[in-house]
Amino acid sequence: MNYLLTLYYRDGEGPQQGTPEFDAEMKIWNGVLEDMKRDGVYVAASGLKPETATTLRRETVTDGPYAETKEILFSFIIIDVPDLDAALAWSRKLPSTEYGAVQIHATEGLELA
Amino acid sequence: MSADSLERAFRGERGAVLATITRRLDGDLALAEDVVQDAFVAAAVEWDRRGVPDRPGAWLTTTAWRKALDRLRHQRVVDAHAAAAGETVTWDEIDWEQSSLEDDQLRMLFACCHPALSPEARMALTLRSVAGLTVPEIARAFISTEPAMERRLTRARNKVSQGRIPFRVPSDDLLPERLAGVLRVVYLIFNEGHAATRGDLRAEGVRLARLLARLMPDTAEALGLLALLLLTDARTPARLRGDELVALAEQDRALWDGALIAEGVAVLERALRLPHPGAYTIQAAIAALHDQAPSFAATDWSQIAGLYGELARIDASPVVTINRAVAVGFADGPAAGLELLDAVEGLERYVSLHAARAELLGRLGDAAGADAAYARAIALSAHEHERAALIRRRTGRSPTR
Repeated sequence: MNYLLTLYYRDGEGPQQGTPEFDAEMKIWNGVLEDMKRDGVYVAASGLKPETATTLRRETVTDGPYAETKEILFSFIIIDVPDLDAALAWSRKLPSTEYGAVQIHATEGLELA
Repeated sequence: MSADSLERAFRGERGAVLATITRRLDGDLALAEDVVQDAFVAAAVEWDRRGVPDRPGAWLTTTAWRKALDRLRHQRVVDAHAAAAGETVTWDEIDWEQSSLEDDQLRMLFACCHPALSPEARMALTLRSVAGLTVPEIARAFISTEPAMERRLTRARNKVSQGRIPFRVPSDDLLPERLAGVLRVVYLIFNEGHAATRGDLRAEGVRLARLLARLMPDTAEALGLLALLLLTDARTPARLRGDELVALAEQDRALWDGALIAEGVAVLERALRLPHPGAYTIQAAIAALHDQAPSFAATDWSQIAGLYGELARIDASPVVTINRAVAVGFADGPAAGLELLDAVEGLERYVSLHAARAELLGRLGDAAGADAAYARAIALSAHEHERAALIRRRTGRSPTR
């Protein structure tokens, strides 16, 4: 089963770019992604540029994500694992669970180029 | 006989049938529920004509499995199930060993109590899929309507099936946390029955606790929970007089169920010999001291106060804090109990806080303070039986016989 992990952080929380904490966290991120590839669960992943978020609803284009959203979507990862407990176990390794959230969805009809 | 009344008659079989089919469908609870439902409808027709078969559970399982295969063939699902769909089913193929039936029900319990489901959904799904209560029965228990409950159950089952909530007992690293969640659901089911004086929910809570204790005989808290429920349930015959809840101090102890007390104490003794006794085991030990005391006055309050102290270390919940103060009030005097109550904050909306304060103030001779505390407790009470008892205690009348 493919699961989409969407990663959120709260504005102003988590380490700031250019600090030693940020660099330390990047090492953890890279380590988890490498582990995912080594275990054959990695399907796809990408960081997102939160400041580019644009929403189209009917014909109205607005700046940013949904107005009510307090947590900012900054990355996604797709993994292929047997069940929800396995998806949860991988999600627990992600540093942003400390200051943000990981949302997990089972996917239906995932197509990759 | 309707499918609904058949379900009630074969409640125990239903849980076993559903659990077996769910395992064979690799955890697809939504499909399993549909085909088990179909099997009960078929039984309502078939058994009416030919009588109930020797092994109703095996009949239902075979019928449900055939219906599952029909559906899978129909859907032409190209996945892991499709291979199984080609098989032909015979009676012998159904694994009808008691041990594997119970293992499947344990798997079902862990799936239904998965933390990815909301707490309400866990309780409803457990009552439906493990305990075998009908949708109207569950709707009544939650003061909800049947369509609303059906929707909630469907949503929960779809999450189990589509999100692949695993149908298995969790691995050792997850087990303590997940088992705590399962025990909590069973405790809440019993408690709901206890608070609302609904015997059916109490009985289901005890039945599920028995199942857990039998399947996990080396886990202290599984035994501790069963002991707690048995020792609490033993006092049920004395808890209600007319429409009024009778406080422990005023209960007629001759009405307590001696057989349940003996069983509860035996289970508790086994729990206490195992490593890691926790909150349920300690609460069971407290209940056992109450159940074995010849009278309220002759209760071993200092030991109970000590046990509450231990309980407060692992569970600093308001209820524990209040009960501890009550016990200390009897062991060391009302002033000591009040001191504990005054030290806690944020419990102003708890009925039992004000009831306990009233009791302790009354024993200290502060009649005005006691009356004000009773008034506050009565104003906050949401249960009819409880309010009736508080009103009577406020006026100082002895219980009506």
